[in-house]
Amino acid sequence: MDKSLLNYKLKVEKLNLIRSSRMILEDIAFEVKAGEALLLRGANGVGKTSLLMALAGYLHIEKSTVDWVIESKSNDEHLAIEDMHFIAHQHAIKEALSLRDNLSFWVNINGGQNSDIDLALEQAGLNHAADFEAGLLSAGQKKRLSLARLLIIPKSIWLLDEPTSALDSEGDKWVASIIDKQLDRGGIVIAATHLDLPMKKHKRIKTMILGQASLEQTNLGQTS
Amino acid sequence: MSIKAFSAIIIRDVKLATRSFGDMLTLVLFFTMIGVIIPFAVGPNKALLSSIAPGIVWMAAFLSSLLAIDRFFRADYEDGSLLAMRHASISLEMIAFAKLIALWLTVILPLIIASPMLALMLNMDFEIFGRTILSLLLGTPALIAFGGVGAAITVSLKRGGLIAPVLILPLSIPILIFGISAIRSNSGMGVEDNAMLFLAGISLLAMAFTPFAIALALRLEQE
Repeated sequence: MDKSLLNYKLKVEKLNLIRSSRMILEDIAFEVKAGEALLLRGANGVGKTSLLMALAGYLHIEKSTVDWVIESKSNDEHLAIEDMHFIAHQHAIKEALSLRDNLSFWVNINGGQNSDIDLALEQAGLNHAADFEAGLLSAGQKKRLSLARLLIIPKSIWLLDEPTSALDSEGDKWVASIIDKQLDRGGIVIAATHLDLPMKKHKRIKTMILGQASLEQTNLGQTS
Repeated sequence: MSIKAFSAIIIRDVKLATRSFGDMLTLVLFFTMIGVIIPFAVGPNKALLSSIAPGIVWMAAFLSSLLAIDRFFRADYEDGSLLAMRHASISLEMIAFAKLIALWLTVILPLIIASPMLALMLNMDFEIFGRTILSLLLGTPALIAFGGVGAAITVSLKRGGLIAPVLILPLSIPILIFGISAIRSNSGMGVEDNAMLFLAGISLLAMAFTPFAIALALRLEQE
């Protein structure tokens, strides 16, 4: 679980996002370095998920606008996409399989170690249900299970779409703590969330508010 | 490592299919139902039945696989698994290939296992039945591969039900033609053996190239 991560830097320049011939995001620019988190905020429907999808390489965008730089090599998009977690609204959970089977599938197709599964389930607060079918889980527990993927498969880049939706307040704290650990290890976290992460070192957390033409970039570290 | 990932997909899909045993059983029942109904439609002429029997078995297998196409990728698309798989350590093309193999195992293999029932009802003799099974084994991978392309193209359509079968129907006709001519042995010129080779060729080509088409379609689907 403490495999060392690669040092990525994300540079986004002049990113325009058009989906279904509607301009969603215009002229977005920001930078995230290894060990930093970027929180995306903004009203519903403003394009937070779309931006995350663009960063994950799902959408057609101009090549030069999103640049995952690794160790001074430019545009290693393939490498970056393999070294990335995208936790979306859909949980990517098979309800007919047990929690353990669900996780071990993701470990296997990512080439990880099976021994981490119990530990991850314990951290996610699901160890009592490890052999239950995932269909029995509540919405919050499913969210926890999909977030457990972050723990069992070490990857440098985390893209999280509302990671705390359906979670209880304990869950919020848990998500904040795993994000904190990921930043300590030098990973990048980009999350669309309204959660105020109770972090020790605020300066690593940037916030970007997406909205109609009023794009501002603030730095929580300087304000608090 | 990638072999592990590859087999993980096949094992998971087979496991999931056996958990939803009802779906598999429906398909097998549909397959045998066709064999039950056709003798009523063509009348009780034993000679006629056994001469068209290979065609009926192929039609039954073809229609049953069309019935299953819609759910090839739908579950993985809807629950977000396909998205998460794009960050796996193996490429989406390899994943598509693994899924095709899993589909053959879960959709076609049960039909082939059930086919002796059809042979019995259609009065097939043993040699013809043997050739039918062989031609099904060689030809159905191509059916699944083309079905996979259709399924990948229509996966984001909410009511894609019949579009995929209509899309792949023209592609599947050569498989049917060679599949049937690989069974009939009335020319005595070795035509059926050549047809069998053609069938195997189509399947190999389809299995080799459709994963790229499927992966491309699945990538575009997310737009």
